[in-house]
Amino acid sequence: MVPDNSLDFAIIRVQHTPMRLLIIEDDRDAAEYLVKAFREVGHVADWSADGEDGLAMASDGDYDVLVVDRMLPKRDGLSVISALRGQKVETPVLILSALGQVDDRVKGLRAGGDDYLPKPYSFAELLARVEVLARRRGGRGEETAYRVGDLELDRLSHSVRRGATEIDLQPREFRLLEYLMKHAGQVVTRTMLLENVWDYHFDPQTNVIDVHISRLRSKIDKGFAQPLLHTVRGAGYMIRDGAR
Amino acid sequence: MTALGKLVRSTAFRLTLVYLLIFAFYAAALLAYFALNTGRLITEQITDTVDDEIAELTQQYTMGSWRQLTTIVENRALRPGSSLYLVTAPSGQAIAGNVGSLAPGVIDKIGWSETVYRRLDERDTAEHSALVRVTQLSGGFRLLVGRDLEERARMREIVVAAARGSLALVVVLGLAGGFFVTRRVLKRFDAVTDTTQRIMAGDLSGRLPVTGIGDELDRLAINVNAMLERIEALMRGLKEVSDNIAHDLKTPLTRLRNRCEAALRTARTESDYRAAMEGMIEESDGLIRTFDALLMIARAESGQARDNMVEFDAAETVRGVSELYEPLAEEKGLIMRADTPGAATLKGNRELLSQALANLVDNAIKYARPAAEGSGEKPPAEIVVGARRAGERVLLTVADRGPGIPEADRARVVERFVRLSPDPAQPGSGLGLSLAAAVARLHGGELTLEDNAPGLRVVISLPAH
Repeated sequence: MVPDNSLDFAIIRVQHTPMRLLIIEDDRDAAEYLVKAFREVGHVADWSADGEDGLAMASDGDYDVLVVDRMLPKRDGLSVISALRGQKVETPVLILSALGQVDDRVKGLRAGGDDYLPKPYSFAELLARVEVLARRRGGRGEETAYRVGDLELDRLSHSVRRGATEIDLQPREFRLLEYLMKHAGQVVTRTMLLENVWDYHFDPQTNVIDVHISRLRSKIDKGFAQPLLHTVRGAGYMIRDGAR
Repeated sequence: MTALGKLVRSTAFRLTLVYLLIFAFYAAALLAYFALNTGRLITEQITDTVDDEIAELTQQYTMGSWRQLTTIVENRALRPGSSLYLVTAPSGQAIAGNVGSLAPGVIDKIGWSETVYRRLDERDTAEHSALVRVTQLSGGFRLLVGRDLEERARMREIVVAAARGSLALVVVLGLAGGFFVTRRVLKRFDAVTDTTQRIMAGDLSGRLPVTGIGDELDRLAINVNAMLERIEALMRGLKEVSDNIAHDLKTPLTRLRNRCEAALRTARTESDYRAAMEGMIEESDGLIRTFDALLMIARAESGQARDNMVEFDAAETVRGVSELYEPLAEEKGLIMRADTPGAATLKGNRELLSQALANLVDNAIKYARPAAEGSGEKPPAEIVVGARRAGERVLLTVADRGPGIPEADRARVVERFVRLSPDPAQPGSGLGLSLAAAVARLHGGELTLEDNAPGLRVVISLPAH
């Protein structure tokens, strides 16, 4: 069985540096829910109800991430993104859309979006993705090695060690750990793993990811006093040094 | 629109009019050509005869004297149906012939001319016209020989009369025929219009009348009927599907509602509420999944996904899916194996095919029975995901050692929402196989269920690239 090293979603919310977000969404209820939910976890969120207004706010304001609905009055979401990219505004954009098909997704990313989340979504999923986007902007990008506590991953030599112990991983397990460690301290959802580690954009119905995680966990945490790979209830997974 | 107006406006009638015009013009042209040629022939005959007589008479004159000429002319002039003759002395006085009067100046002009004339012996005063030739003889004498043109004039009259008559006949017959044909065609089209109106009013069982002659209207009617047949079948299918959807979405919605009510009624502590709400989220996630699967099937069936088809190796896709599900299989005591002897390149939508395979593998894991613990002889149940090229086809297979599907149920189980064992312990929407089958059809292939003896083998056969 999976060792009980799960975290509650509520515990981790306070640990982040606050983000400034702009939500461009015409549905008032949905927008108010998002603004409130982001505030509860310590971020600041502004709201704009149409494409024109949203574009103006996004061009002027200094936001960390934009959350843009695809279908907007006055100006389509994708056109807002293209216009921003045309003005050299490189703020990361997450697209929300009721159109969840693969080609709609590709269209969204091609227009300059950085991530795509089909409706209906869970707030935990949205939060996790927005935080990853904000962090990417902060400059922490590709590094040759990652370190969390006494766990080290070397991307060049493809080796993993915990303390003095060499850990032998399958290629996919290595990529899974690599992604988790790249986003250490952040919640990573199952869909994010499926998309980024396996490059699948469909719902596998069963808990396939959980099983992969528990395999990885048994390799990196089993026999060590301090668990590093945590399950975040209702959201996903997170790797972090619990001592800090 | 009056019945006549309708008739006159019809395409068939307009076509008739056009044909009528063409035929009338053709008949007129034919007659004109005939008249022209006949006229020319008659004129030719006249000139030949006149030339011959002049040659003969001139010879007589040069051989004998003018007296001999006048004698011959007088003789000839008396014959019935004779030509016109006139001989004039150098003084201009007529000395022989049968011409009473001529148009003035004709005798002075050497060569051919058309003139009105009157015979000497004729009592009537009517003037006739003739074609005459005047020659100058030596010694100041002149000889005129001519033929009456009445024949030619009569010919013209006959042709004009024939033209009038035949044109009238063509117009009358053409119009009558046009009305008749148009009425018949209109009647058939009216029948078609009536049927289509009935169909538009909602009665999809209506069919166009087929006369059995096998003409173009029949062929059209047969095709339209086949189309109606297909539309009716599709509509029936759609109705079935929407009934199913209504049923299969209402069931989880009811469950969701019941959970809410139960929580309101019985939950006392925060953790009770929490548990109830988590259950609700789980339930609604299931609903979303069902929706997504339905949309995906609809998308695959509409053929939209054909736009982004690319060339790729299905063997790699099979290995990817197998690798994704392998730990899950192992956890259930199953062995998962990818069987990819070589590259199996095809053109398609990689994402959709991956999803189809994932659904099949997910089913296999769900229904496969692990080898009973303790029975050491039996090998552990194995799930084999394969991709291989067979001639012009690529075969993707998912084979398990589960209970299999009885042959009688194999066709039915591919339909949407059909679950053979509605076991509440096994979650599932009953859409997995439907999606896989829709994806196979999208790629121009098909999905078949086979006996894996024991177990089930699902084969997706696709055209290779």
